[in-house]
Amino acid sequence: MTTPATAALRKTALNPIHRQLGAKMVNFGGWDMPLEYSGILSEHEAVRTRAGLFDVSHMGEIEIRGPGALGLVQLVSCNNAAKLAIGQAHYSGLMTSRGTFVDDLLVHKISDAHYMLCVNAGNQDPDYEHIVEHNKFDATVENAGPRHSQLAIQGPRAKEILQGLTPVALDSIHYYHFTFGQVSGVECLIARTGYTGEDGFEIYFSPEQSAKLWGDLMQAGGPAGMLPCGLGARNTLRLEAGMCLYGHEIDDTTTPWEAGLGWICKMEKAPFLGSDVLAQQKRDGLKRKLVGFEMLDKRIGRDGYPVLIGGKEVGRVTSGGPAPFLKKNIGMAYVPSEFNAVGTDIVIGIRGQGEAARIVALPFYKRPQ
Amino acid sequence: MYPKDYRYTKEHEWIKVDGANGTIGITDYAQHELGDVVFVEMPKVGTQLKTREPFGTIESVKAVSEIFSPVAGEVIETNSALADAPELINKDPHGGAWLIKVRLADPKEAAALMDAAAYETYIAGKAKEHSA
Repeated sequence: MTTPATAALRKTALNPIHRQLGAKMVNFGGWDMPLEYSGILSEHEAVRTRAGLFDVSHMGEIEIRGPGALGLVQLVSCNNAAKLAIGQAHYSGLMTSRGTFVDDLLVHKISDAHYMLCVNAGNQDPDYEHIVEHNKFDATVENAGPRHSQLAIQGPRAKEILQGLTPVALDSIHYYHFTFGQVSGVECLIARTGYTGEDGFEIYFSPEQSAKLWGDLMQAGGPAGMLPCGLGARNTLRLEAGMCLYGHEIDDTTTPWEAGLGWICKMEKAPFLGSDVLAQQKRDGLKRKLVGFEMLDKRIGRDGYPVLIGGKEVGRVTSGGPAPFLKKNIGMAYVPSEFNAVGTDIVIGIRGQGEAARIVALPFYKRPQ
Repeated sequence: MYPKDYRYTKEHEWIKVDGANGTIGITDYAQHELGDVVFVEMPKVGTQLKTREPFGTIESVKAVSEIFSPVAGEVIETNSALADAPELINKDPHGGAWLIKVRLADPKEAAALMDAAAYETYIAGKAKEHSA
């Protein structure tokens, strides 16, 4: 039975299957998405030890084509797309003219005249408008979300499970590279990327193939103990892996330097949107920096809770919660630069009471190599 | 599913009355709504509770929920098993994962709460609201 509340939400092609599986559903950025199926903790553990399958079809895809494609990508994105080989992808930021984030994204180089940008679900329309606004290169820009579905298969057994369904030799797709090939007879872009900190793949394909691919992957993954995973585990996994989430660690008020993302910000390329502001910030020094912290006792410092140093509120938790694999409670926050050293004792205000925490190095979790 | 000798609140707590005392916990419906429980915060023994006053919190991965007392009374025991095994609330919400025991201010107060049949009707109505 559709209620007025969910009727207004966007749905992926797999929505009926999530509901059939008994998923708890949640409104995520205007999309009716599965939060969890068997439980966030069990799904998180599956990804860290075996494999998990995520419907991430809500994500956006923006295709940029034509002789002006590279020029446009280079202007709006802070990483250096000129360094990408065909079949290679990188993590980057879509920048405002103030050097802050419109979004974070993956840039895939399909050919010299064709780039595919994978962007956040809730930002795909503003991202598209932003790119079009700056298109003085006569490139063709397409908001291609509606004609893409996307599944992520993540975990140490992801490759073995996916290999059973594709003639592509997955060992030959290195991390942050991609190829076009068939999965279960369906044409896909197969990328060795992910948002969990584990090995795995993200596959992009036409929406009408969604049920077939989900079903075939679930069947292939069953014997290996693969579980369907929702946005709850997607969040605990990325937090544990120290990855940023737009709207939390990064937004249109934060710069890559502050967020610890200097490694995606390539000042050596020609000026890009906001690069002048970023150069100035580098010269002036940073007022605040993103840090990771660990709670010292059992109480949980959550999103939005105040961070205190020396009895004074200096910031707010950007993301905080349990780290199920590490069995601790962790979080990230912006603190004044002078306090960002690993080992610094901080206090998180939890419902009126101060709880001890300590700054730790990011990422919290790194998968065994 | 819902023990016939318990009484239930709209906030999904249950109480089992035993003479002058009562045992209080949250219902299976509540634990399912919460998801995996990771931490429980409970009042100290000796705390005086008022009816419908919050007496602690249950934290799941994603959220913090207050727990409200179905009755007035004094906390005489808290369930120490939950400190190391909060997940018991998901596994055995009506039995092993009781939260507190109280000395009832009025042993007849709980009788006015919903019985199992009324509670089952109440949550069936909520399930209709949710499913879409």
